[in-house]
Amino acid sequence: MMNSVPTQADERQRKAVALISGGLDSLLAARVMLEQGIHVEGINFFTGFCVEGHTHAIRKKDRAKPKRNNALWVAEQLGIKLHIVDVIEEYKSVLLNPSHGYGANMNPCLDCKGFMVHKALDWIREHNFDFIITGEVMGQRPMSQRKDTMPVVARESGAGDLLLRPLCAQHLPPTLPEREGWVDRDKLLDFSGRSRKPQMALAAEYGFEDYATPAGGCCFLTDANYSRKLVDMWQARGNREYELDDIMLLKVGRHVRPSPRFKLIIAREEGEVKFLQGYAYRYPTLKVTSHSGPIALLDGTPTQDDVQLAARIVARFSKGRNADQVTVDLHLPGDDQAQQLVVTPMPPEQISESWYI
Amino acid sequence: MANFQLDARRLLCPMPVIRTQDRVAELRTGDELTITCTDPGAAQDIPAWCRLNGHTVLSIEHDGDELMITVQVGTES
Ligand code: SF4
Repeated sequence: MMNSVPTQADERQRKAVALISGGLDSLLAARVMLEQGIHVEGINFFTGFCVEGHTHAIRKKDRAKPKRNNALWVAEQLGIKLHIVDVIEEYKSVLLNPSHGYGANMNPCLDCKGFMVHKALDWIREHNFDFIITGEVMGQRPMSQRKDTMPVVARESGAGDLLLRPLCAQHLPPTLPEREGWVDRDKLLDFSGRSRKPQMALAAEYGFEDYATPAGGCCFLTDANYSRKLVDMWQARGNREYELDDIMLLKVGRHVRPSPRFKLIIAREEGEVKFLQGYAYRYPTLKVTSHSGPIALLDGTPTQDDVQLAARIVARFSKGRNADQVTVDLHLPGDDQAQQLVVTPMPPEQISESWYI
Repeated sequence: MANFQLDARRLLCPMPVIRTQDRVAELRTGDELTITCTDPGAAQDIPAWCRLNGHTVLSIEHDGDELMITVQVGTES
């Protein structure tokens, strides 16, 4: 798609919105534009699956480490404004019905990119900006950043030639900002392939250190374990609806499904205990009281027998694992009074490997 | 100038920032907003967001696991 040029030739400073994921590539892409005198603001879309502070905020061992939101950090490095947009609801249709399918796991990268660029297009129209930049590098990602798929994102998002990828622009046809001379094409880059070396060298040149290097991708959907838990949740429920709380809980604890009717989410350490406790208003919880032990949420529709079984499993993960009897409190949401269950911890050989999701 | 409250408890990063951003957009220069959060990351993220967007953090108070961050809306909201 060719976009028309404003007829009145004006010398005003051109404005670009940069998709900021929090990683190095978008940091560099925005930096390259700033160097060309473009006014850049960042936009970051929160789908609910992003690899951000979440798990760090939960696990106690990570609490000591300085926490930061990588997108905010990137914006601070660049000295640009950052707009964080909640797209949790809209993103559901991207994840549930991607027209280009999924990557290696539940990541619908190509549709996701198209969706985000489309949202950025809406944003620039609303805010009177001129074009969009991303940190994409040709050949970097198997799905969304291939030579043949990069035009798909530009086309399907509706952004067309308003979408500029400064890090690999030399491999792509000139976009409107290049043709109009808003940016100097000769100073754009020609990165390609999976090697990160050119980016690292450029980062060093600009003096960027300590940038985030997420393995795999920018979200949990590229993670095999996470994807498995997500699919398991959908299968168990018989539908693919989800809320933010559901997808957050998939990042926390040990997930054990002894039956299609229910699963347990068992805290692995103190931070997770606190986090799961916050869900007691919504889920039945099991807590070992006779010994020190974790808290577990019960998700699903367990029968009385299932609850007994669940209590025995939770007891297994407590300090009373070798005791004859362990007391487990069952709290139901909205009930002040706990029910006491006295159970024998399940022997390890009876906990099937296949129960671990 | 007025004081407003925002309950961002139980929300994890970056939701407290998003809620703050959306609420601040409705306020006027000089208004104060106190955000109550439980994600310790908010103590870094909300001030960082304020620095980027021209707002001022007036105070950060801790009360057990809760964090109260008071922000004064700047001119650029
Ligand atoms: S890794 Fe996740 S956020 Fe990134 S493009 Fe793929 S689906 Fe979208």
